[in-house]
Amino acid sequence: MIKEDKKKKQQVDPNAGAKKEDVMGPWKIIWKRLLKNKLAMVGLATIIVVALLAIFAPYLTPHSPSAVNMAKTNAAPDNVNLLGTDDLGRDYLTRLFYGGRISLTVGLVSTSIRLLIGVTLGGIAGFYGKRVDNFIMRLADIFSCFPFLPIAITVVALLGPSIYNVMLVIGLLGWPGIARIVRGEILSLREREFMEAATALGISDFRKIMKHLLPNTMASIIVSATIGIAAAILTESALSYLGLGVAPPTPTWGNMLRSAENQFTLRFRWWLWIPPGLAIFIVVISLNLLGDGLRDALDPRLKQ
Amino acid sequence: MSEIIAEKNDLIVVENLKKYFPIKSGILKRTVNYVRAVENISFTIKEGETLGIVGESGCGKSTTGRTLLRLLEKTEGDVFYKGRSVYGMSKEELRNLRTEMQIVFQDPYSSLNPRMTVGEIVGEALSEHGIARGEKNVEMVKDIIERCGLAPYHIRRYPHEFSGGQRQRIGIARALALNPKFVVCDEPVSALDVSIQSQVLNLLMDLQDEMGLTYLFISHDLSVVKHISDRIGVMYLGSMVELAPKEELYKNPLHPYTQALLSAIPLPDPRNRRKRIILKGDIPSPANPPSGCRFHTRCPHVMEQCKAEVPEFKEAAPGHFVACHLVK
Repeated sequence: MIKEDKKKKQQVDPNAGAKKEDVMGPWKIIWKRLLKNKLAMVGLATIIVVALLAIFAPYLTPHSPSAVNMAKTNAAPDNVNLLGTDDLGRDYLTRLFYGGRISLTVGLVSTSIRLLIGVTLGGIAGFYGKRVDNFIMRLADIFSCFPFLPIAITVVALLGPSIYNVMLVIGLLGWPGIARIVRGEILSLREREFMEAATALGISDFRKIMKHLLPNTMASIIVSATIGIAAAILTESALSYLGLGVAPPTPTWGNMLRSAENQFTLRFRWWLWIPPGLAIFIVVISLNLLGDGLRDALDPRLKQ
Repeated sequence: MSEIIAEKNDLIVVENLKKYFPIKSGILKRTVNYVRAVENISFTIKEGETLGIVGESGCGKSTTGRTLLRLLEKTEGDVFYKGRSVYGMSKEELRNLRTEMQIVFQDPYSSLNPRMTVGEIVGEALSEHGIARGEKNVEMVKDIIERCGLAPYHIRRYPHEFSGGQRQRIGIARALALNPKFVVCDEPVSALDVSIQSQVLNLLMDLQDEMGLTYLFISHDLSVVKHISDRIGVMYLGSMVELAPKEELYKNPLHPYTQALLSAIPLPDPRNRRKRIILKGDIPSPANPPSGCRFHTRCPHVMEQCKAEVPEFKEAAPGHFVACHLVK
């Protein structure tokens, strides 16, 4: 009877208010809050611009990054070569664009590797707890004990310097940080009542992790991934600068900085070392600003 | 102890259920003691009735409810649902049982996943158990949330857009989506303000009539329990001290604790004062419960016998069970 009554009422006024209302999902709220943060938006805009420059590099310059011109080496910036040329006469601005491709790719791919390993292991450790947790977290402790540069140098020396090995090294050595964050969050989420409700509903473990736990840890994962990309770009630059990263002639911001090893270049050919240094600086600081902004936007305690 | 004999129409039979939580300490995490949250309780719930459980905070009410559903593992004893042992079931059987036994939680804020829409929250179990997917799932979810007093278009919204009372309705809809027979209501109205409390209580009672539900209703609010229950069990420090039909319990409380508890209900008329029984002292720690009758440290009628012997939980009058040495 009661059911019938309610049905009738509903038919008089079907989906009242359904069209007008605007559903604000949690992500939309976060985006709105991020929009208000000017520094973060500057960071985001800068990264988009740099990414576009790198992606459309072939259409932006008439030069090829590896076209050697022995007649015009170490030339100062002019109308043809806007940032001059290097010791083999290659156009420096072109190399800067192409270098951005490598640096950004390394940042993204190595962070993806880090996330993949870190989120999987952290999720398993947090969800199953006890021995599994103990084993995985001690493994994480061991990995984070490795001094990064010596290990990276050893691996690259064994496998040979290439862009793939650099990504692999950064990804394989960097996962413990993310694993710890994910594990910690899941440990606390696991005790919440909605997880008990999921158990009572007979939801499978896999779905509990994928649908209930991980979406709730997304906030911290995104923040640490953003800052992680910046760190990975810096690491790649450092390795390439040491000659252990991406091998020439492929340009990256790191190996372009190698020219600064030379005293003469440092003093008289500013266009060879300031632009790549500045590029690294701008991208890293933009990513960090964006990461900070995301952290604030995702923090539930700062609700308007 | 098991004076409670299972009858034909008993949906749930609880036999000598115990739940201890280990207290671990030291670097080796050795178990040094146990919190005796639930100590040897037995009762039955008939099909279609509401059994209310009252008691102070920390007396093991919620633990009892959760152990019944096997959300927590028992320490000893057993729970039978329709004559089958809940603890003797395989993983697969238990998963199927989940469609028949559900729970409504106390806190409407932490019991809903903030990253899922209402449609996902309520419909998840339906697709997970292969009952309804896609369009049919949406239809079923709309139907159930409508029955719980929400509007169909709410399914696209997130929990943070609702008030406490509405969130509790979502929690109820989630529990009822699977069309269960038995629902544990773990203080479902304690977190709500009084005007909303009665709405939710009436909703629960309407749904009980419509869907033929059996409730285990846990609360610390005597008037709420009186309103909704058919029979009431009183718990103190992990044990059930008295269990009787509602009218009988309020008219003729036999256990000194129940008497003290009932005397604490405020009367609406200020001139009509009732003699209050004030209990001395605090509730003892369940990690180190008193010997004999657990209530003897605060009982106004304490005798020598109470300190040594655990009183039997026996039938004093038809359907009226009590655990007290005073009752012969």
